Amino acid sequence: MANTTKIEVRVNGVGRTAEVQPRLLLVHYLRDVLGLTGTHIGCETSLCGACTVMVDGAAVKSCTLLAVQVDGCEVQTIESLATDDGLHPIQEAFWDCHGLQCGFCTPGMIMATRQLLQENPSPSEEEIRHGLEGNICRCTGYKHIVDAVQQAAEQMKAGT
Amino acid sequence: MIPAAFDYIVPDSLEAAAASLADGGENAKVMAGGHSLLPMMKLRLAQPSVVIDLKRLDSLRQIQADGGALRIGALVTHHQVETSSEVNENCPLLALTAGSIGDPQVRNRGTIGGSVVHGDPAADWPAALLALGAEVTLTSSGGSRSVAAGDFFLGPLTTAAEPNEILTGVSVPVPAAGTRATYRKVKQKASGFAIVGIAVCLRTDGDTCTDVGIGVTGLAGTPFRATAAEDQLRGKALTADAVAAAAAQVAEGVDALGDIHASGEFRSHLARLNTARAIQDALDG
Repeated sequence: MANTTKIEVRVNGVGRTAEVQPRLLLVHYLRDVLGLTGTHIGCETSLCGACTVMVDGAAVKSCTLLAVQVDGCEVQTIESLATDDGLHPIQEAFWDCHGLQCGFCTPGMIMATRQLLQENPSPSEEEIRHGLEGNICRCTGYKHIVDAVQQAAEQMKAGT
Repeated sequence: MIPAAFDYIVPDSLEAAAASLADGGENAKVMAGGHSLLPMMKLRLAQPSVVIDLKRLDSLRQIQADGGALRIGALVTHHQVETSSEVNENCPLLALTAGSIGDPQVRNRGTIGGSVVHGDPAADWPAALLALGAEVTLTSSGGSRSVAAGDFFLGPLTTAAEPNEILTGVSVPVPAAGTRATYRKVKQKASGFAIVGIAVCLRTDGDTCTDVGIGVTGLAGTPFRATAAEDQLRGKALTADAVAAAAAQVAEGVDALGDIHASGEFRSHLARLNTARAIQDALDG
């Protein structure tokens, strides 16, 4: 077996330690090693955004990161959003507004939305479209996704 | 798409990184954010046996304005350049360029050093760096040297960096007060890469252009400074005719790239159109 490197990562608040091959992509670590299959693999070429996760609070494409690069980092995936009390307001909004059809792009859309609303709690339609530029949906068209982000923004402001 | 196996080194100092690179020779690759290198490795277009990750070199994460120059470390992300108050105050063209790269996720992770040293002919940074007369700093075990942006880009994915050299940062002369600059690009929709990108940096005295830099990316296999177009403006009144004459020169004698996104002829057309518009935008801005 090829050489391995030890990594320590916090994923969704849980400390994880693993011996991984340096070439293991973060998205494969999350899905295949940790079983967190909510993060999807779409284009594998850092275009479609289905694999978007947060690393140290910044949205990134996990198909274009090695697991060894996030050694010592805090990673959050789509699985970190819902709690025992229910869905996260962004998830609720995508449901309410029909912001998905097949749902394949949705985890990435939601994680990118999370970053967008962190930086800009009241985005305009144009800012939403710009902020989600790194995520591609092949089903709905983007109108309902924009509606969902606007509803989520309202809900999150009302909740704070 | 899984990269070929490699050894992974995370040096604690620039000296150690340079030593590892010297040891690894042509089979070693240096990684900053990985957003140029990893896609190449996943496609197996690059199969380094050693990857040297610079992530612990915090000295390369800084943006400093001193002595009339803005120094940006190789590990500074596009997002940091876009949002840096020092950059926005001293050289807004760089922030504008950074904000036009890829998408938010890519800007969060991709770095200026990684992009520049990768030498993609459709990358955004070369246009601004050429227009501004920037220099890049290269470091090896033998020491450091500076190379002008105009001498750095040599061809598709080919730069003046030697296999044993690490690009540690870029240095941009802070434009004089009153300098007007802008960047216009026609982008490939999915990737955000420039089909054509034109950066213009202008100084005027009344209606007369006293100095100008025009950087062109995407049009040819090598990003370049459009000196013939600049010569149509420098020292002349910025009339509509002068702008048109400059734009007409920008693709002259250039071996324009053609691909599924745009033919060479169309790229040349876009370059002329956007040169004229960029000059006008700079003047209006």
